Amino acid sequence: MIYLLLFYEFFKIGLFAIGGGLVTVPFLFDLSASYGWFSAKELADMIAIAESTPGPLGVNMATYAGYNSAGLLGAVIATLGLVTPSVIVIILVAKLMNKYQCNSRVQTVLSGIRPAVLALILFAGLQIAKLSLADLLSGMVFAILLASIHFWKKSPIFYLCISAVLGIVLQL
Amino acid sequence: MRSLIDLLMLFFKIGLFTFGGGYAMLPLLRDEVVIRRRFLSEEELLDLYSIGQCTPGIIAVNVATFIGYRQKGVWGAAFATLGMILPSLIIICLIAAVLSRYMHNRYVAYAFAGIRICVVALIADIVYGLWKKNVSGYQSMAIFVGALILLGVFNLSAVWIVVLAALVALGMGEIRRYKKK
Repeated sequence: MIYLLLFYEFFKIGLFAIGGGLVTVPFLFDLSASYGWFSAKELADMIAIAESTPGPLGVNMATYAGYNSAGLLGAVIATLGLVTPSVIVIILVAKLMNKYQCNSRVQTVLSGIRPAVLALILFAGLQIAKLSLADLLSGMVFAILLASIHFWKKSPIFYLCISAVLGIVLQL
Repeated sequence: MRSLIDLLMLFFKIGLFTFGGGYAMLPLLRDEVVIRRRFLSEEELLDLYSIGQCTPGIIAVNVATFIGYRQKGVWGAAFATLGMILPSLIIICLIAAVLSRYMHNRYVAYAFAGIRICVVALIADIVYGLWKKNVSGYQSMAIFVGALILLGVFNLSAVWIVVLAALVALGMGEIRRYKKK
């Protein structure tokens, strides 16, 4: 019963992959070694496609791996397996948060974590910057985008669309 | 029912325009749930990221589930999560089925190069705004710089960084409390 197995395996990944979507990659390598649903080379293609298509990376990976192993239904079941642990754990955490949010120790801890999360966000940005700001042209596009985002506050979707067009026109 | 569908559509839109991981989704999420809809404050959104970081699962899904639950309970969590994963399901299945040869197209690659630059600019703007609000004083500055060093130099996992920052803040808080007495 491949569907049950897919759900079980991706449920496990969802449960143990703590952090960003790329954390799922080592787990997927294990899967490819133990089941042969997809090869390691296919996995590399999957990462490239998951990175460059809309949607969170981890979800894209699960969908792609599920589709490769058992078609459309496989894609749906692998994805549901991946998100089920999140839904259960987060609902429990949210219940606890509602109860303890006003506690002053909880507030102290949260205010200490915020600068650390900010550092995580900055670091993620730097990783993407290393890949995308390669030359003078891309640097100039970056500067112009940053200035217009800061001073002329439009929706991020607007800037994403504009920058896709810019990418094609300027052959970035 | 209507607000459940709204949650689904909202996260569908966010999922559709998120390229990369959960951090790339932050600018969009902030625009929709903090600025437009006022579901959360900016600080609460950051808190959600630290919770998402330390709990099992993909951050983007964790954040969607949390906001959905806050708004409309268990059903809200389910609809928000469904909205978040639907774009992936549709697009990835299409690509896997027919479009894989277009992914190597030159113009598609150019468009994505542009999008990645934009994601960096959006993140830079957000970090600047949140920095002004949340990093003031020696303690928060030390935590910020310490976290960057642990990440960049020692490759420490994000989970441990959040846990360490929590311990430092808790310890400093207890010391302050003790001194007041």
